[in-house]
This record gives sequence, structure tokens and C-alpha cells, in this order.
Amino acid sequence: MDVIRNSDPNSDLEACLGLDPDGLTRWGISRRQIFQFCAGVAATMGLSSAAGASMAKAVTSPSRPPVIWLHGQECTGCTESLLRAYHPTLESLLLDVISLDYHETLCVGAGEQALAYKRAMMEKHKGKYVLVTEGGTPMKDGGIYCKVGGKTHVEHVREAAAGAAAVIAIGSCASWGGVQSADPNPTGAVGTHSVVPGTTVINIPGCPPNPYNFLSTVIYLLTFKRPPALDAHNRPKFAYGRLIHENCERRPHFDAGRFALEFGDEGHRLGYCLYKIGCKGPETHANCSAIGFGDVGFGSWPVGTGHPCYGCTEKADAFRKPIHALATLQNLTPPTAYPDVSAENGPAIGAGAAVAGLVGGLAVGAGAMWLKQMGSEPDKADASNKEP
Amino acid sequence: MSIAAPLRSKLITPTTLVLLALAAVGFYFLLERFLYGLGAVANINQGYPWGIWVVFDVIIGTAIGCGGFAMALLVYVFNRGDYHPLMRPALLSGLFGYTLGAVAVMFDLGRYWHVYNLLLPWHAQPNSVMYEVALCVMAYVVVLWMEFSPAFLEGRAAGGFRRFVDRWMWAIVALGVLLPTMHQSSLGSMLLVMGYKLSPLWFTLWLPALFVISALMMGYGIVMFEATVVSRSFGLPSHRALISKLSVVVGLITVAWLALRWGDLYARHVLAFACVVSVRVVMFWIENALFLAAALIFIVPAWRAGRRASFLGAVALLAGGSLYRLDAYLIGYTPVTHWSYFPSVPELMVTIGMIALEVLLYLVFIKTLPVLHGRPARR
Ligand code: SF4
Repeated sequence: MDVIRNSDPNSDLEACLGLDPDGLTRWGISRRQIFQFCAGVAATMGLSSAAGASMAKAVTSPSRPPVIWLHGQECTGCTESLLRAYHPTLESLLLDVISLDYHETLCVGAGEQALAYKRAMMEKHKGKYVLVTEGGTPMKDGGIYCKVGGKTHVEHVREAAAGAAAVIAIGSCASWGGVQSADPNPTGAVGTHSVVPGTTVINIPGCPPNPYNFLSTVIYLLTFKRPPALDAHNRPKFAYGRLIHENCERRPHFDAGRFALEFGDEGHRLGYCLYKIGCKGPETHANCSAIGFGDVGFGSWPVGTGHPCYGCTEKADAFRKPIHALATLQNLTPPTAYPDVSAENGPAIGAGAAVAGLVGGLAVGAGAMWLKQMGSEPDKADASNKEP
Repeated sequence: MSIAAPLRSKLITPTTLVLLALAAVGFYFLLERFLYGLGAVANINQGYPWGIWVVFDVIIGTAIGCGGFAMALLVYVFNRGDYHPLMRPALLSGLFGYTLGAVAVMFDLGRYWHVYNLLLPWHAQPNSVMYEVALCVMAYVVVLWMEFSPAFLEGRAAGGFRRFVDRWMWAIVALGVLLPTMHQSSLGSMLLVMGYKLSPLWFTLWLPALFVISALMMGYGIVMFEATVVSRSFGLPSHRALISKLSVVVGLITVAWLALRWGDLYARHVLAFACVVSVRVVMFWIENALFLAAALIFIVPAWRAGRRASFLGAVALLAGGSLYRLDAYLIGYTPVTHWSYFPSVPELMVTIGMIALEVLLYLVFIKTLPVLHGRPARR
């Protein structure tokens, strides 16, 4: 992929917002902070610190790759989630790192003006822009259930994908249809990859996905000009390579057999494992349990707040498998019998003390007798017995 | 120089029968443990997940089994060949101390059937002290059997294995010194995770050093103890001169150990903890008194020369070292909430059974294999 650097810093959008991208610091933060941030991104993706440095170089480069962002059938939760990212904030990412030429929620222009600008930018940067799709695409009845500017979403996606250097599907809806694709799927909603077969679509599923999984993927694309390592469902492995269950803070309860059995019961209030009330953590690949949401620290993710994981990053789970249904365990199955949860505090000192005393006494007594005899015996001498 | 030879005395004696009976009682309770689970026999609980089995059979047992380690250090590393007659009996006690210690861990593992995972490299957690101890002890058990193997092989046709052992004995012996240094210090490191749960009288960053040095001291202690007991029981020459020479070294090591321990207590400003009256403080003083007694006996020439005194010195060393481990692992340790632990009768019987088995096997081996030097005075 070859992302063009937009050499004109005064593009219409920025001019419109009165932004000065040539200020002394970019993103309103110092160079050192940018390096720290990129080193952090590289580390969470399992890359070297050298990669962090190249990332910092790529994101601070004055020319920025153009991005076209399309909305389909969705709730805009993914954009909302991105608005709550703080390192970097969405606006600094969108205005300083990339050149967001078209985004239906965030763009200033409206109606025909915005669409004309989109067409112009797609023409100008043909083969070089990044396409981000948010939301599912309805296919039934010619795709008439989602239209923008008189054209169906299918047509918008196909048109934009044709000239895109890379396509990212953000959220579960864009990844495989999401909530509107649940039975009976009245609009025939599908994910972006089914709309443009043959094109590699990087899926960042989640409802909404963690903004940092998206940001890290974008920065990776900018830096290395290729997608990060992907799994069988085209999800970046750095974020979706492990099960929620593997890093869940409630996991010790799972292993010890302490489960909440219904919402609000004793176990639920004590923070026990939610497996038996339908937690899909054991079959869901995502890093929620490791990085949390909203930059507020420990516990800020569904399981942390007491709700079972409902598997939003798995096509087979969210909106398909009932919330109460048990997850299929992929590695350890809990044994049928567990030790008692309320362990006793240890019995009082009992007969053990008597036995210990008896044995100790016997040993000391026998030893003393033995020693007494030793004094009255002559020493058996041999060659090695001379004092040196 | 005398040559090691089997004693060839009767295998079935009142002593061996009593030992056999004790071992049988232990096995009965073990059977119960494996049929009905740990809770049925042991008093260990969530607060004290380690009881007498781990602390005595493994932590203390392997330290007592350090005779082979201590003598190998002396004979091969410091090249003091004159101590060679003490080498094989020392190795033999180490052999059983360690082998049975490794077996005893299995009694204490709740899910012992998972133990093979330790050996699968892709399941390894190399940052874990316990992992290091487990692997290292397993490796050392193998090394001990190889070190001891010439006793089996002597007088047999030179086979492939014998050639291998002869050729690589230097490497085996080197491992036999390296491995115990590693895991005996790790037994101390293991306590470092306990933090404030361990009384400041024991908790120090020097725990690994204190553990490995005291293991060495106990190793020498058991060599001296054994030499006296065996020579008296079977009417063999007592190697007194050798032992007296050795005891000076041991005395000095003990002094060094005490200096390290007390220097550290002083440097950490925790000596005040040793001035209150409680079970653990009394134990602390007994421990130190035993070590000090041993050091004095071994260093003052008049005491060292006495047979009884020097034997008592060895006993004091063993008792002090054992108590130090017992205190650090159980008595000086307080779980967060109010837990209590005292071994149950079955637990004690299993440990006693294991000790009986060790002594029994030791007797069988010295009677049938060339272990002891000097011709027996009576058959
Ligand atoms: S089942 Fe859910 S709550 Fe329980 S440990 Fe796994 S991920 Fe956590």
C-alpha cells in the first residue's frame, strides 16, 4: 500500500476549522509525548521500540494520508467510542495524523456540498486513500434500506473501495452485519467484506470496539504500509489473538469454582465468575480484559462491571447466541466437583500434638541413652584416625 | 587407603522390622490420602497450604540430604581427597533425602496428575521460583543416582552405562554441586513472596544465602552424625580424625552464617522483635542457641576432641537447621486472617513413615552395596 502524503496542509476542512497544523507542537502535545505514545502503541502490538520510533516519525510527518469514512446501518457507537480516546484524542488523530476528508458524523459540510467534496477527494487520491466503513450493509431488495444522497450504501461502499489503498471495517456491524443481521435479518445486512469480495478488509469488531485497537491498526498502516498480522477472521492478532477468559480478573474465581448463579445473588455481589450466567469470555477473542475501556483504569469493561461478556467480537456470539447461554470452553473445563467455598480455618491442636510430643520425647530419650553408653566404649581406631 | 565394601550383615533385625512397621503405617495413611483426598488426612487449609509434608519431607529433608552436596564440594571442588571415605555414605543419605523428598511433594500436590506439565517446555514459566526448584530437584535426583551409581557398578562387567558414568563423572559431580546451590537458595527465595506475612526475624532479602549456607552446614552435620552412628552400630572405624578436621571448617561456616544473620537483623533494625515473648521468638532463640552451641563445640579444640561433644555438635547443627526451616516456613509465618495449623496424626505418621523408610533403605544399601569404608569388626 502506498499512502500519499497530502502536501497541502491548508485543505478545505482545516481551513474551515481554523486549524494550524504547522504549529511548534503537533496534536498540542510535545514530541517527547508523541514518542512515548508510539512506543506504547508498539508495545501493545508486540513490536520493538524501533517500530515505535518509526511510528512516531510516520504520525508526525507533515503530510497526512486521506481517509474516507462511510456510515451504514449502525448506531455510530464506534465513532462515539473513538471520541472517548484520549491518547491521542480523536480530533488530533483526524486533523493532524490523517486527513479525514469525509465522515458523515464529523464533517462540517452537509448535503450535496459534502458529497461533492468526497467525490473530488476520491478522484484526487485514487488508489491512495484509506476507506473506513462503519455499520452493516443491507443487501436485500437492491440495498434500498440504507441510502445516502440517493445512492444505496452498497454502491457507496463499492465505489469507495474500488479506489482505496486499504479498507478497514470498524465495529461488529461492518465486520459481519452486527445487530441488524440477527435473525430474521429483515434487510439482509452483511459485513463490508461480503460487499467487496476479493478485497482485504481489516475487521476491528466490537460493539463498540476498543478505540485503541482501531488507532493502533491505523498507525501500523501508516508506518509500515501494510496491514498488521491478521487472524482467520481478518482481525488484527495483536488485539484479537487471545481469549477474554485468559486475562479476566475473575478468572481465579472460575478456576476455584466460585460462580455467580443469578444477577444480584451472593456470588454476583462478591465478584465471582460470570460463566454460569452466560459469560462468553471463554470463547471470545479480544483484549477487553487486558486494556479496559475509557482510560479510567482497572475494571472498566463489561465483566468488570458485573455483566457477562456477550461475545461482541465473535460473529457466532453477539446477537446470535442468547445472553444466558453457556460458552463453549476451549481449554480447561471446570471439574464437576469443587472444594468447599467456605473453608474451615484449621482445626485446633489435637492428638497430633500428643504424637509429636511422644515421638520427640522418644527420640531425645533414646539419644541420651545412646550417648551415655558411648562414653563407656573404647574407640575403634583405624589408619585414618590419627589427629593431624 | 581402605576400600568401600558391603557390610553383609543380616537384613532382618528388630530395628529394620520396627522401621518397616512405621513405613507401613505411613503408607496406610497415604493410601487414604490418595483415595479420599488431602482434606481427609491433612490439616492443611487455605491459610496454611503447606504443612508438615512439604516443610519436613521436602524443605528440611532435602537440606539433610545435602551431605552429598557438602562432601562433593569439599572432596572435588577443594580437592580434599582425604575425605573420600565419607563421600559415599553422604551421597547415599542425599540419595534418599532427595528421592523421597521429590516423591513426598506428590502427596501434597492437590492435582498431582498435572505434574508432568513441568517437563513440557511449552508450559514452562521460567520466572517462577517454584518451577526452578521443581526442575532443579528432579534433575538433582537423577544426578545423585548417577553419582552413586559406581556403588552398583563396581565389580560388574564394564557396560555402556558404566563407561558413560566413568567418562562424564566430572560433569555429573559439577552438576551435583551446582544444582543444590541453585535450588537450596531458591527454597529461601520462595519465601520472598511472603512479604509481611513472614516475621521480620526471618524475612530478609538474604534468605537465599541463609538457606543455601545452612543447607551446607546441615549437609556436614549429617555426615558427622552418620559416621558416628554407623561406626558405633556396626563396630566400624569411626573416622574421628577426619571428622574432627572437618568440624573446624563447619564451625567457621556456622560462625559466618550467624554473623550474616545477626548483621542483617541489626542492619534492618528489627532486633526489637526478638525481645518480645511469643512462641516464635522462643523458637528463634532456640534456633540461634543451637547454631551457637554447634559453632562453639566445633571451634574450641578441647570440646571438638570429645566424642560425645562433637556428636552433640552435629546434632545441634541438624536440629538448628531444621528448626530454622520449620520457623521460616510455618512458625514465623502468619496468614492474613485467623488460620491455624498443627499437623494431624495421619500427617505426622506419613512423615514418620517416610523417615523410617529412608533409614530402612539406607541400612539395606550399606548392607548390600559397597558404601562404607573399613572392614566390619563383627559379622
Ligand atoms: S467466564 Fe467470563 S467472568 Fe468468568 S473468568 Fe471467564 S471471562 Fe471472566
